[in-house]
Amino acid sequence: MADYTYTLLIPLIPFFVFLLLGLQGHKMKPFIAGLIGTSGLGIGAILSYATAFRYFVSEHVAGTGYTSIKAFEVTWLHLTDKLTINLGVLIDPISVMMLVVITTVSLMVHIYSIGYMKGDPGFYRFFSFLSLFSFSMLGLVLATNIFQMYIFWELVGVSSFLLIGYYYEKPSAVAASKKAFIVTRFADLGFLIGILMLSFTTGTFDFQTLTNPAGPAIASKGGAVFMGMSLLAWSLILIFVGGAGKSAMFPLHIWLPDAMEGPTPVSALIHAATMVVAGVYLVARLFPVYALGAPDALHVVAWVGGFSSIFAAVIACTQTDIKRILAFSTMSQIGYMMLSLGVSGFGGEEGLGFMASNFHLFTHAMFKALLFLGAGAVIHAVHTNEITGMGGLRKYMPFTHITFLIACITIAGIPPFSAFFSKDEILVAAFHSNKLLFAIEFIVAGLTAFYMFRLYYGIFWGKDRHYHHTPHEAPYVMTVPLMVLAFGSIFAGFLPFHNLVTSDGLPLETHTEWMIAIPSVLIGLLGIIIATVMYKSETAIPDKVAGTLKHLYKWAHRKFYMDEVYLFVTRKIIYRYISEPIAWFDRHIIDGTMNGIAGVTQYTSVAIKEFQSGKLQQYGYVFISGTVILVLIFVYLF
Amino acid sequence: MNFNDFLTMRHELMLTLLALVVLIIDLNLHNRHKHYIIPITLGLFFVNLLVGFIPEGSNTLFGGMYRTNPLLIMMKNILNIGVFIILLQSVTWLKKEENREKISEYFILLFSTLIGMNFMISSGDFLMFYLGLELATIPVAALAAYTHHQTKSAEAGIKLILSSALSSGILLFGISMIYGSTGSIYFDTITKVYANTPLQLLAFIFFFSGMSFKISLVPFHLWTADVYEGAPINVTSYLSVISKGAAAFILIIVMFTVFSSLAAVYKNILYLIAVLTMTVGNLFAMRQKNMKRFLAFSSIAQAGFILLGILGGNVMGMTSVIYFVLVYIFSNLGAFGVVSAISTVTGKESMDDYDGLYRTNPKLSLLMMLSLFSLAGIPPVAGFFGKFFLFASAASGGYYWLVFIAVLNATISLYYYLLVVKAMFINKNETPLAFFKSDLATRAGLLIAGLGIFFLGFWAKVYEIISSLSYGIMQ
Repeated sequence: MADYTYTLLIPLIPFFVFLLLGLQGHKMKPFIAGLIGTSGLGIGAILSYATAFRYFVSEHVAGTGYTSIKAFEVTWLHLTDKLTINLGVLIDPISVMMLVVITTVSLMVHIYSIGYMKGDPGFYRFFSFLSLFSFSMLGLVLATNIFQMYIFWELVGVSSFLLIGYYYEKPSAVAASKKAFIVTRFADLGFLIGILMLSFTTGTFDFQTLTNPAGPAIASKGGAVFMGMSLLAWSLILIFVGGAGKSAMFPLHIWLPDAMEGPTPVSALIHAATMVVAGVYLVARLFPVYALGAPDALHVVAWVGGFSSIFAAVIACTQTDIKRILAFSTMSQIGYMMLSLGVSGFGGEEGLGFMASNFHLFTHAMFKALLFLGAGAVIHAVHTNEITGMGGLRKYMPFTHITFLIACITIAGIPPFSAFFSKDEILVAAFHSNKLLFAIEFIVAGLTAFYMFRLYYGIFWGKDRHYHHTPHEAPYVMTVPLMVLAFGSIFAGFLPFHNLVTSDGLPLETHTEWMIAIPSVLIGLLGIIIATVMYKSETAIPDKVAGTLKHLYKWAHRKFYMDEVYLFVTRKIIYRYISEPIAWFDRHIIDGTMNGIAGVTQYTSVAIKEFQSGKLQQYGYVFISGTVILVLIFVYLF
Repeated sequence: MNFNDFLTMRHELMLTLLALVVLIIDLNLHNRHKHYIIPITLGLFFVNLLVGFIPEGSNTLFGGMYRTNPLLIMMKNILNIGVFIILLQSVTWLKKEENREKISEYFILLFSTLIGMNFMISSGDFLMFYLGLELATIPVAALAAYTHHQTKSAEAGIKLILSSALSSGILLFGISMIYGSTGSIYFDTITKVYANTPLQLLAFIFFFSGMSFKISLVPFHLWTADVYEGAPINVTSYLSVISKGAAAFILIIVMFTVFSSLAAVYKNILYLIAVLTMTVGNLFAMRQKNMKRFLAFSSIAQAGFILLGILGGNVMGMTSVIYFVLVYIFSNLGAFGVVSAISTVTGKESMDDYDGLYRTNPKLSLLMMLSLFSLAGIPPVAGFFGKFFLFASAASGGYYWLVFIAVLNATISLYYYLLVVKAMFINKNETPLAFFKSDLATRAGLLIAGLGIFFLGFWAKVYEIISSLSYGIMQ
């Protein structure tokens, strides 16, 4: 077996870079700090490519499946006799794929940020946070066990909290980072309980043991039944809740649009390629347990994914902030991936959805990072996020224009660009599993093409606006990453994914089903055509359509009022009906009497009188009542 | 008494000696020189701390009234570490003009309560237990009233003594019923003959109520807010960290040994009280603006989590409680240390005063953030592991709903801990508290707390040692 111990360096290098920049960065010249951060990631990327090459090509024995390899592992703690907590590095097709995705996108974002963040006073701080984030994310995908994954999962949360709140002078950025942190923490609540349930029903944290089809976890079929589902199914659903929080699935998506307050390169890194797909990765990592142990849980995944994808696509059609459009687009595409996992089975032909989901994750990382970085270049040039403040930029920013267009065509699913292949596989998988889900995804494909081209025309076509200064093309340090990613978006579809990343490690025979591929391309084209008619040059059509669909438009524009619902629940219900009465009690009863008592030392006699009539008695009363109630409960139990 | 017996009782004897030494030195010092007591006492206590770590096996003294074993010694050492940090953090405050004459009082009273706690931990029968309990309580009341020229402090002292008298009464009532129904006060004997007769159940409830008072579990917690707010800040941190930790240690020993036969019945009650304590503590803490009250209420919520480990009812449960208390001591002392440093220098205790603190006092703010993250249980700091082990032990007992409620509460607590972080790092303030430099002792105290928070989480050995020691007890 090949030795992969060196893969340990891939997460460790960014970690050391983080320490170096965090502790010494303020003494460095900004450019040096940026260079150190970038080269750290560059080494990581090279190591990742080498690992991918060795794992998939040079070390692989033809005709056998891909196995998972523990490159490194130490036991950190013996929790119980058989349950240990380990730290290590797991190498298998999906973790290697994620290594490539994360290091590639992260490297591009690093390079891009040298240009984008130029002149920012916290330049080194930004790069140290980026390194911390990369470290956490790489540690997450390499985890050998679910506990390690949870720790890195939280670290990812903390570091994204830092990155989103980077512009801490901006109150909206601060609010957004707090919102993202707390919402995902609530989701992690499910994750943590899920881990505990899973580990105590199966007796292990280890992924290899858990996902072994013949292992105890799957063979037991989940043990005791609770409210119609096995404990295993419940634990998997709870774990999925954690994944849904990070991946912004409905109804835990509310943090994602606000998180766009962070610097744009951060959005490209976190909200396109890495953190938001952590939930997909989590389900994929545990996929055999889902598919074989608890198919019920997998149905939940499929429907949540399907609903999120159409929900977000509709909203995206009405937004005017370009980063928010991209945010909703991300949510919609991740819904695709989740759905694809949800409709998949384990092994052979059944596993098509699993393959398609990872394939789409890969291609999506490329084109979505490209879209975000392109949007960043645009925002950099015109100093606004609003689509209404842009127009006619194709003349000024040729590189950005072309690469953005490539990304738009890719996401619309037009062959031979990469997303055509991955999306097609998803649609095939959905078609063979559930016709309704297929129909949803089919419509979403059209909507996606529509809103992306609405965005594209809004930025690059139409009339010039009044700009503060003439927009100019971004420097090369920013456009080169765009070109690299554009290259990836175009050609990633030709990677033989069906041979590399499959549910059981064995190659999968796929063939294009033209009955699905042709209509899906057609609906994509239809979306583009409608967008062209409506938005290429300014017409009255968009307003008319909005007028006709007044209510739907308004609802979608306000994101179906999800934020308001959350606010209502937290402000009105929790605050008013639970917290306020308690605060009132505290203020008036406890503080009130407290204030009423004065001068104990000087007027001991008076004070004792006060005690007699006042509060201590009440305390004693409560104390005794507590005891009596306990006695009553005991009597009842007895 | 031979040397081995001395080694067995070294924690108690050394402390007694220390208290006497401080008293004698104090008598021979002129008022102007009283502050020399501080470094001497700190040095001697540090020696005591080190002596505590001499390895020592199990032993019993006084016909079984006093017993010791490596686990109990470890508990005492944990308390010693906590007290040492508190002593370091109180130096600045003790040096103030108005406290100068009473420096030795502070040390003597503090050591007396610690002796009481050590006796309680080592007790082999209810008599020793009760003596330890009273010795641990009464001096604390005097400490709470330490700055008795302040009305609130005096009031805190009186409230503490009165309400603990009530709880002691109930607890003693329970003990006498245990004696009445079993004919023994020795833990070992009681364990064997204890049955679920109604009288014995009643006795247990009375005992448990009394102990709940010490750990401030809901609904026996009402005294805490007033006392914590009124007492001087270092006494508050002592009460909420050391007293509570010691009481948790004792509770878990007694629950797992003396009352183990009642486990099936008491678990329901523990369940209920755990839910109540976590939730009520959290809901109250959410609206507090005074930092001392804020930490006090949040420490009530923390106490609720301890019950999860007791409910787990196995080696893991015991280990997780001890580990949690250890981590809790560091995290809470980190937070209290910062509050204390600020309050001693500037006299400010309100959360609004912390607005923009990061700009002027970045190190204090960072330590505060670390402590609060640890209290909230965010990985990878130690507090997360403390909570995680408690959750895991409750989950291993099958209490998934309880774990759910607990994790929910932990998440809610994150909200209010973040409020402080937000105040320090984000809230705008034209006139944040001015920069100040703490003295060496305070900084050392804060540094130890910070290191503990940071490294305990990574240093798995600690958990494994506690686990192996607990294993010996549970067999």
